[in-house]
Amino acid sequence: MSKLITVSPSPHMHGKDNVKKLMYWVILALLPAFLVSVIFFGIGALIVTAVSIVACVGFEYLIQKYLMKVKPTISDGSAAVTGLLLAFNLPTNIPVWIILIGALVAIGVGKMSFGGLGNNPFNPALVGRVFLLISFPVQMTSWPEPVVSRTQYADAVTGPTPLAIIKEGISDGIPVSELMGQIPGYFDLFIGRMHGSMGEIGALALIIGGIILLARKVITWHIPVSILATIFVFTGILWGANPEANADPIFHILTGGVLLGAIFMATDYATSPMTPKGMWIYGIGIGIITVVIRIWGAYPEGVSFAILIMNAFVPILNKYIKPKRFGEEVQNG
Amino acid sequence: MSDVIVYSIVSLSLLGVLAALILYIIAQKFKVIEDPRIDLVEQELPGANCGGCAMPGCRAFAEQLVKADDISDLNCPVATNENMAAIAKILGKEIAEKEPLVAVVRCNGTPEFRPKTNHYDGASECSIAHSLYVGESGCPSGCLGLGDCVRVCNFDAIHMDEKTGLPVVIDDKCTACNACVVACPRDIIELRKKNKKDRKIFVSCINEEKGGVARKNCKVACIGCGRCVKECPFEAITLENNLAYIDPFKCRLCRKCAPVCPTNAILEINFPPRKEKKEKEGTPAGEK
Amino acid sequence: MLKTFPKGGIHPAEYKITAGKPIEVLPVPKTAIIPVSQHLGAPSTPVVKKGDTVKAGQLIAKSSAFVSANIHSSVSGKVVKIDNVTDTSGYRKTSVIIEVEGDEWDEKIDTGKTLKKEFGLSGEEIIKKTEEAGIVGLGGATFPSHIKLSVPKGKKAEVLIINGAECEPYLTSDHRLMLEKGDELMVGTKLLMKALGVEKAMIGIENNKPDAVEHLTSLAVNYKGISVHPLKVMYPQGAEKQLIKSLINREVPSGGLPIDVGTVVHNVGTAVAVYEAVQKNKPLVERLVTISGKSLKNPGNFMVRIGTPVSELIEAAGGLPEDTGKVINGGPMMGKALNTIEVPVTKGTSGILVFPENESKREEVQNCIRCARCVSICPMALEPYLLKAASERGMWEIVENDKALDCMECGSCSYICPSRLPLLDYIRLGKSNVSRIIRSRKQ
Repeated sequence: MSKLITVSPSPHMHGKDNVKKLMYWVILALLPAFLVSVIFFGIGALIVTAVSIVACVGFEYLIQKYLMKVKPTISDGSAAVTGLLLAFNLPTNIPVWIILIGALVAIGVGKMSFGGLGNNPFNPALVGRVFLLISFPVQMTSWPEPVVSRTQYADAVTGPTPLAIIKEGISDGIPVSELMGQIPGYFDLFIGRMHGSMGEIGALALIIGGIILLARKVITWHIPVSILATIFVFTGILWGANPEANADPIFHILTGGVLLGAIFMATDYATSPMTPKGMWIYGIGIGIITVVIRIWGAYPEGVSFAILIMNAFVPILNKYIKPKRFGEEVQNG
Repeated sequence: MSDVIVYSIVSLSLLGVLAALILYIIAQKFKVIEDPRIDLVEQELPGANCGGCAMPGCRAFAEQLVKADDISDLNCPVATNENMAAIAKILGKEIAEKEPLVAVVRCNGTPEFRPKTNHYDGASECSIAHSLYVGESGCPSGCLGLGDCVRVCNFDAIHMDEKTGLPVVIDDKCTACNACVVACPRDIIELRKKNKKDRKIFVSCINEEKGGVARKNCKVACIGCGRCVKECPFEAITLENNLAYIDPFKCRLCRKCAPVCPTNAILEINFPPRKEKKEKEGTPAGEK
Repeated sequence: MLKTFPKGGIHPAEYKITAGKPIEVLPVPKTAIIPVSQHLGAPSTPVVKKGDTVKAGQLIAKSSAFVSANIHSSVSGKVVKIDNVTDTSGYRKTSVIIEVEGDEWDEKIDTGKTLKKEFGLSGEEIIKKTEEAGIVGLGGATFPSHIKLSVPKGKKAEVLIINGAECEPYLTSDHRLMLEKGDELMVGTKLLMKALGVEKAMIGIENNKPDAVEHLTSLAVNYKGISVHPLKVMYPQGAEKQLIKSLINREVPSGGLPIDVGTVVHNVGTAVAVYEAVQKNKPLVERLVTISGKSLKNPGNFMVRIGTPVSELIEAAGGLPEDTGKVINGGPMMGKALNTIEVPVTKGTSGILVFPENESKREEVQNCIRCARCVSICPMALEPYLLKAASERGMWEIVENDKALDCMECGSCSYICPSRLPLLDYIRLGKSNVSRIIRSRKQ
């Protein structure tokens, strides 16, 4: 034989999925929601998304090449996913320079400072978003009017999100039944015709994306289901106790970042637990914290904070929540 | 306005005092009384935490030294004789002086001498390749070249030679901590006596297969012919399982064995170049 | 819903190219190289010496310990030397090298093809014959079969499980065996049942072999107590513990044996070998080997004498293709890559696979992205990512406490990892270190 044969330990076959493919499936699953925001917010959505993705990928390249001095791995798509998710968490009239700061914080602080892909304890896109929300509260909470602001970017007509309306109203003592008149109907909430961050509005599109991810086995059902179920049950109890002072559970699920968070942000690989049991605890925690912030906290929306707080618990969950080993508990029959 | 200032100062001071009190009580309650000599001994130890003493770190070794009645068996391979003498003085115990040692890689199977017969494509760890099969060459004892020894070295004293694919020990940096010896799954590395000017003569092969088989896989393998054994005037060389071994403590570096080796398996390092005439060679310990 | 095991598992592409190829008998080799260590346990001691003439089926190396097995000559001829030869372990091991002259069998052996159904032997006699014939588990693990048949005191076997899962891709030798030697398999199963003293035997077959399921189901009518069970296709169903879970829903405890849950598992090949040993006095000197690979001209299932060099087998399959990059002894998931094709076929060789170059190299490794796929597919519910990280850093306590020793090295984690991490390589390293530590602790 002229060539040398290869010797390596088993297995000698390999599955077809790789990191790149998984990341591109996530991007694909985010596209329906992206289309919804383009339909409702038009030019703003395009600008914000483009700037955010280019900035995230660019910062990752620069940091890897010049600071970490390693071979840049931008082609794996993870920076693009972060950029897309960051854009999804921003209002579509946000100035470009704020997006750049957000991208730098997301990639630089949220991801690269921990060693890059797979080593970050917190979801990078959320780190960027929360940093911006705290630093630039005005710009981060001025939400363009859907449909009418299609052709406008910085000068878009703005208004409050449904969650903010409800929160303000309840604290002013206005009954919920009256407040519901001020917000779009359930159908509009379902398709995404409301004020809000770019990617969080299209409930239907996000669910379609979630189904794509589940079908491709990119994510498992545990995290989204546990988050949604917890929020549904928790707000349902509150609503049942006093329907005039609390919004109903369907409203809570359809508004704000719940679906985006549950399907795309909380399921981020590096920052979610490794075992199904851990995923349940993590999801329930996110659900509870979200509702607590929404009902009793200072902010009308709490999904990002909830996910970041639970991210911090993931190492502990991984350490103490172990899968039930095969043959550990013998229940023969 | 002044109320606010007064209240804040008072409440913060109270908090501070309270915290200090709690800290003090806890510190008292959980106080560990330690032999002060442990700190002194630890200062004398190198502080590399290399594990060469088989303890988890220098501190643990210091504790062991203080506790033990007889410390002559306890040895830090990294510490100098002066350090150990100082420790013995602190503890008022006896300690034996040790011979300085250095790690030696006993394989000379460069690609030129030991052709590759296959290509290894597993995780880059010698221990994994070793448990899988004989290795990229046909030699079951030869260096696998994946650098387990390099990774465990705390002193940056061993590195891979890109060309030969073999590890090289930097004698000045090597502290003989034994880490690489333990790490090598094939026991290729040995701690040998450190001679003047870092001179060494050793059989650079540990293959115990029959001569023909060993030779087939590696041109510089020891074939167990025994010619060096006969040549050695100090009975420093033994032959066991088709493999010659030079005892570093008996060897007087006379250089008689190396020229007779038919496969050049005996390496001489850091000696002046040989003169052409053989007769001039071989004054015992004659490196002057 | 077909039965399968509930935890983990993967479904690799099957590539059962040779499923339709009937068994061919490979000609006797010119020289047979018979290693004295072809089984799990201590190597056997050779009882022949250079210059001896041997017949096929004659004992040439005797079992030397409790866990060990007899080795018989697979050919007739002259012992030319006893030397170290590279075998499937990747190292040179003691082997008896026989130059073949003719094909003369030991007189006691019945080489005829007629089915011999009746037997009047007791359980002990069957075990004794199995031991004498040097039969080991033919699924690949090569554990001496007679030890598995001797139920320890205080334990009781309730059901015998015959493993026809053949979950490894490419391999089809068990499949062909079930189709072509169904009756021998049934009689062999009856013998094993008698030896164990059980009334019930279950044959588990993955449902990608419907012809084998059908054939054996129709045969089973004539054999009392034997039932055939189709199983959902899922790797690693052929692993003992997983098969038990699939068939009788019992979990073998961690560190335990199947007998702890009242069962014993034997491969279909082993059952046929037991039939031949008991009914025909024929020791284990040949086995069925699948030779397969995408670029082979003539892949197939061959009946091969133990000791035949792999190169001759490849020759029979159309020669080594130009683009060969890797030759594997066994299946693609658990088999071992060979460093030379001059190694002999041994009792554990269930297949020889020839992989083209583009499938031989591993892909580039990336960071672990903590996707948790390895955790979700591990059939033993371990955490491969953690075991790998701990092994890499030498944290053997974590490796031990997180049950690395339960790992059966099925390779599902390395298969699924999207970052192409060599998870199993490091878990193996961890396992060997942990077992060493445990051994030294016991002393």
